[in-house]
Amino acid sequence: MLSALHARRKTQLLIGLLAGVVFGFLLQKGGATKYDVIVGQLLLRDFTVVKIMVSAVITGMIGVHALSWLGLARLHPKSGSWGGAAVGGLIFGVGFAALGYCPGTVAGAVGNGHLDALAGGVVGMLAGAGTFAALFPRLQRGILSRGMLGDLRLHAILGIPEWATVIPAALVLALALLALERAGL
Amino acid sequence: MEWLTAASWSPYAVGAGIGALSWLTFLLSDRAIGCSTAFARTSGMLERLVRGRAVDEKPYYRQFAPMIDWEWMLVAGIVIGAAASALLSQDLQWRWVPPLWEASFGPAPVPRIAAALFGGFCIGLGSRWAGGCTSGHGISGTMQLGAASWIAAICFFVGGVAVAHVLFRLL
Repeated sequence: MLSALHARRKTQLLIGLLAGVVFGFLLQKGGATKYDVIVGQLLLRDFTVVKIMVSAVITGMIGVHALSWLGLARLHPKSGSWGGAAVGGLIFGVGFAALGYCPGTVAGAVGNGHLDALAGGVVGMLAGAGTFAALFPRLQRGILSRGMLGDLRLHAILGIPEWATVIPAALVLALALLALERAGL
Repeated sequence: MEWLTAASWSPYAVGAGIGALSWLTFLLSDRAIGCSTAFARTSGMLERLVRGRAVDEKPYYRQFAPMIDWEWMLVAGIVIGAAASALLSQDLQWRWVPPLWEASFGPAPVPRIAAALFGGFCIGLGSRWAGGCTSGHGISGTMQLGAASWIAAICFFVGGVAVAHVLFRLL
């Protein structure tokens, strides 16, 4: 692992910025900085967003596990609970439909000149995140601790080795994309 | 270099590019791509302007200090990268109301901004509640086989698809 590089704070901030530039460039070229494309996905008319996300997951899944098996990277699966992931996820979903952008694509939409993303989306997200920070002590003792999963991963649930989950999962996701194309979506 | 000025790229090429970008962030930065903590940290920084250093003592901001970090720089980079792509393909559009919204709800900016504020609030709250967003859970978490991330990602879309249909079919 490149531990010496990981410890260089200013270099890391620059890498973060450059990764963001590439990410933003890709999101814009993919159309994901546009409300019409994202809401078109939620209305199940335009599958661009799912195509981008699923191909990112397939590519990333194979690559980051390969890096981890080679000892070049450490995985960072997120810890969570049902009360956090499912309830928070549904609240997010309501916002996803009303706003038509998510936290990454709202930044891309601002870069694309979309003022609803800036004056509505970014301002609303800052208020929502601040509200969560204020509620956090109470939520942490309550709903966020319901149905704790920790950093449980799919292969552990299935009781099979990591590679025996990664390869079939990548194949199933690729078949799902093929099925979308076959269905003319 | 026509590909740089093309209006759009195949979603599969874009997705593969994002996947490959995540190899680099794991390798070079020991991090997964994610966006929503940047909004929480910024909210803390703004609150600090009003309330001072007491903000740093809030339990949530002890975990996510209100400061500029790697992920904050990533989100700043997204604005720059998207602007660069839009400029190159002559697709930089200053506008308040997206076409699909206008077709259903009219061209007035105020209702659109009100909906965007409400939606943004739910996303800011929900992403931190869930511990991630469409990037952190939806792409980075699912690729790492995280159970919480798969649950969150499915719920983002279940909620989003349901509410979008209510908004556009019933209203």
